[in-house]
Amino acid sequence: MSTIHKSPWLLHYDGSSCNGCDIEVLACTTPVYDVERFGVINTGNPMHADIFLITGGINSQNADVVKQIYEQMPQPKVVIAVGTCACTGGIFKECYNIKGGADTVIPVDIYVPGCAARPESIIDGVVKGVALFKEKAAALAASERK
Amino acid sequence: MAVSTRMIIAGCYILLAPIIIGLLDGFDRKISARMQGRKGPSVLQPFYDLKKLFEKEFLTANKTQLFMIRSYLALMILSGIIFFAGFDILLVVFAISTAAMFLILASTATHSPFSSQGTHRELVQMMSCEPMELLVAVGFYLAAGTFNVSDIIAKSSVANIIYLPGFFVGFVFILTIKFRKSPFDISTSHHAHQEVVKGVTAEMVGKEYAMVTLAEWYESAILYGIIGLFFLNNNPLSLIGAIVAALVVWFLEIVIDNTSARVKWQLMLKLAWGVTIIAAGMNLFLLEIIRANS
Ligand code: SF4
Repeated sequence: MSTIHKSPWLLHYDGSSCNGCDIEVLACTTPVYDVERFGVINTGNPMHADIFLITGGINSQNADVVKQIYEQMPQPKVVIAVGTCACTGGIFKECYNIKGGADTVIPVDIYVPGCAARPESIIDGVVKGVALFKEKAAALAASERK
Repeated sequence: MAVSTRMIIAGCYILLAPIIIGLLDGFDRKISARMQGRKGPSVLQPFYDLKKLFEKEFLTANKTQLFMIRSYLALMILSGIIFFAGFDILLVVFAISTAAMFLILASTATHSPFSSQGTHRELVQMMSCEPMELLVAVGFYLAAGTFNVSDIIAKSSVANIIYLPGFFVGFVFILTIKFRKSPFDISTSHHAHQEVVKGVTAEMVGKEYAMVTLAEWYESAILYGIIGLFFLNNNPLSLIGAIVAALVVWFLEIVIDNTSARVKWQLMLKLAWGVTIIAAGMNLFLLEIIRANS
């Protein structure tokens, strides 16, 4: 039986945001919301991460950074865009330097809307991400067996 | 000790050490979470993490890294066999530091700045802990007249902690560093977010990181074993005392970890050496005087 979904390690990257969503993401790790109870570890290292949680939009400077982080993560991996900025560019969308949401540079699996996204909806997104992570792991294992 | 007994204990060590230490680690995370007013993960979490790491895709910048890590794990298991099968404790200390050398080589195999920084910290950590580890071996020699673990137990009619209280205090002190708990900016701390990302293990992906974790579990088993050795004597019942002592130390480490969250490595180096010199040094001095007079 696969238990891979019981250990989703999370990497949080802050793009071009107002920091509102970041505070909410950090709130998820505090005693009130405690995401560690799902086995989530908030790691700072893409090589150890399973879930890439991105807040804020993509600008010309961080586009390469986001791409590189994504490429450094080993398969299976899931990307969650948290907050309207990360989904579409949000309030900064019209700015000259903004390309748009996270999906302009990397494939995004799950979108968590909100400005700022509430901790409850972030956790909801993470839980959906964990389910998808399990699916992807199974698919990867199946493709390896072939 | 008969060869067959030695082999059975060594076999038990290889099989049981990861299970016991993994579980202790799981309870550790649960208790730490409760201390911080959180619910915390399942007690089986360390095993889920380990299993997942083995299942992840393997990426590496340098293939030699995998070889170094395998050697690290193998040597750590070997050190444990030497210890639990009752051979020379001095050899155990040397074998552990040889194993640690492979970890250093593994982390320098790639040129990530985080690994290099972590390597530097790891070396500082070894500098802080190694004197105490060596002194513990010397302490047992002075108390029991032998370096041989099975003879230390067989020859002592009382628990050796009576002669070695200073060594015990010093050893428990460095365990906080050895278990990678405090200081928080240690080369690869068990805590999630830190200054040097994951230090020595920053470039280790999937199964490599899993093997390092496994080697750390084997090492912890040896360290708890040494704690137990302070309490073991030729009465088989002393085994209960040894296990209780190991559990008390385990709990103490959790408390220290949760109350010293902001200690930095500079303080660690000074404190570790200070405690080593004062506690173990004084104890050594007293033992020598007792020996000279008797
Ligand atoms: S979605 Fe709103 S709160 Fe979140 S980063 Fe963007 S502007 Fe800030």
